[in-house]
Amino acid sequence: MTTPTTAQAGTPAYDIDAIRADFPILGRTMHDKPLTFLDSAASAQKPRQVIDAISTAYETEYANVHRGLYQISEAVTARFEGTRETIRQYINAAHTHEIIFTRNATESINLVAYSFGRKFLGEGDEVVITELEHHSNIVPWQMLRDEKGIVLKVAPVSDDGELIMPAFEALLGPKTKLVAVAHMSNVMGTILPVEDIIRRAHAVGAKVLLDGCQSVTHIPVDVQALGCDFYVFSGHKLYGPSGIGVLYGREELLDAMPPFMGGGDMISSVTFEKSTWAKLPHKFEAGTPAIVQAIGLGAAIDYVNSIGLDAIGAHEADLLNYATQKLSSVEGLRIIGTAPHKASVVSFTLDFAHPHDIATIIDRAGVAVRAGHHCAQPLMERMDVPATVRASIGLYNNRSDIDALVAALAEVQELFG
Amino acid sequence: MSDELRELYQEVILEHGKNPRNFHASDDATNEARGNNPLCGDQLVIYLTLDGDGRVADVSFLGKGCAICIASASMMTELLKGRSREEAQTLFEAFHDMCTGEENGHELPDDVDKLRVLSGVREFPTRVKCATLPWHTMVAALQGEDVISTE
Repeated sequence: MTTPTTAQAGTPAYDIDAIRADFPILGRTMHDKPLTFLDSAASAQKPRQVIDAISTAYETEYANVHRGLYQISEAVTARFEGTRETIRQYINAAHTHEIIFTRNATESINLVAYSFGRKFLGEGDEVVITELEHHSNIVPWQMLRDEKGIVLKVAPVSDDGELIMPAFEALLGPKTKLVAVAHMSNVMGTILPVEDIIRRAHAVGAKVLLDGCQSVTHIPVDVQALGCDFYVFSGHKLYGPSGIGVLYGREELLDAMPPFMGGGDMISSVTFEKSTWAKLPHKFEAGTPAIVQAIGLGAAIDYVNSIGLDAIGAHEADLLNYATQKLSSVEGLRIIGTAPHKASVVSFTLDFAHPHDIATIIDRAGVAVRAGHHCAQPLMERMDVPATVRASIGLYNNRSDIDALVAALAEVQELFG
Repeated sequence: MSDELRELYQEVILEHGKNPRNFHASDDATNEARGNNPLCGDQLVIYLTLDGDGRVADVSFLGKGCAICIASASMMTELLKGRSREEAQTLFEAFHDMCTGEENGHELPDDVDKLRVLSGVREFPTRVKCATLPWHTMVAALQGEDVISTE
């Protein structure tokens, strides 16, 4: 189904045991069985380095940011703003002020829909998405459609879970103002041909938003090389805390966009007659931000960088290959999403048991997976399944995790088969 | 395999899950409601035919769901025929309490004792809604509502 791109199959890209030792939660049990955590696509576990950065911040260096005229506040402001620079480097944005802190990718997309969408899109303008989008990249556009009369167009995916490029291209035209697509499917692991998508969208004058929630943890991202206009992701899938997310936007666009929320921190001056907005990035960051969460995200990116995304990608590709082979040998198992270019996610069904029953049974064997529609109900309909079981791989997973999953599926077979 | 799992997935449940009874649409239904569990995507439709006295003359269902949900719906349809609205409502309350472990003084009558095989969901909080969705949907149909959601 997929082939490792860098390391040879079975070649350790790094010392996995040392990496696993960084994640305290991997030492615990679930239902008295060693924890097999295969749900990182929903939210990843946190390494000691992130947990320590968070507690150290609270214990030694906590105050509000951008306000205090005292040492601790200046220090925490420097840490907080330093994280913005860490993120800029991680996705290679041109400017640090193009990095906007949000709560999560969902909020980032809503920010774009609310601010960019309400200002620059009007009746009859078209937004193109795909069938494999997460609800967070569907619903904000539907809300905009209902408010502004835009037209939402949906590009189809193939039975393998790949975007059908000719059909996508056919949807583009002079009315296309925005193309908003996932960089990588959260359900099937498909990596979309975003370079091609961006080139074609730009050719008709449309802007492009990439939902990088899944890709940002597996693939090196260079927003300037890609040329995307917006890129969004959540901190908690990148081994950082929840409650912190990122919107990257090109300076020129962010400058032209009105604020999302009003309040403190986002103003330059306020009188009862008129307020003026702060410069980027603060224009989009009303109120006290998630200070320590941002610092935690910075520590998470430092951690990922210390291993290297290439090594992580090679390790995960090897494991995905192994998982795909092992699972394919399970009787009655169907993998949903078999695109040649995919990463870190295996969704599947068993023809004799429903995904919820599977998840409940393997939970008792200590195996954590996601079962359901994965916030992608339209894709479930497209692939003609009510739900799937999704095993997703993080940088800390190993072959024993896959073996534990396969062994647990035998118990499902025992009950249902 | 754990005892709780064996308790949850008893043979009766697996059998109803595989071969649900009264699993069809009904053109004669007087009351019909759709039930959704948005968290997991389970969906079903309950078809009720009430006679002139408000008794359940016929009941059937269609839907997609896990073994617990389908078995619960199947067993429910077997037990509702001939019961009045009030009796159906009372059964729902007793069944609901059994699944959640709440004690509100609603006891399952002896003639529906077989529903007790579903009491194992109590040990699986995330699965309680799978068992109760058909019953919630049935009550919605009785009350003339079209769609219910467990969230």
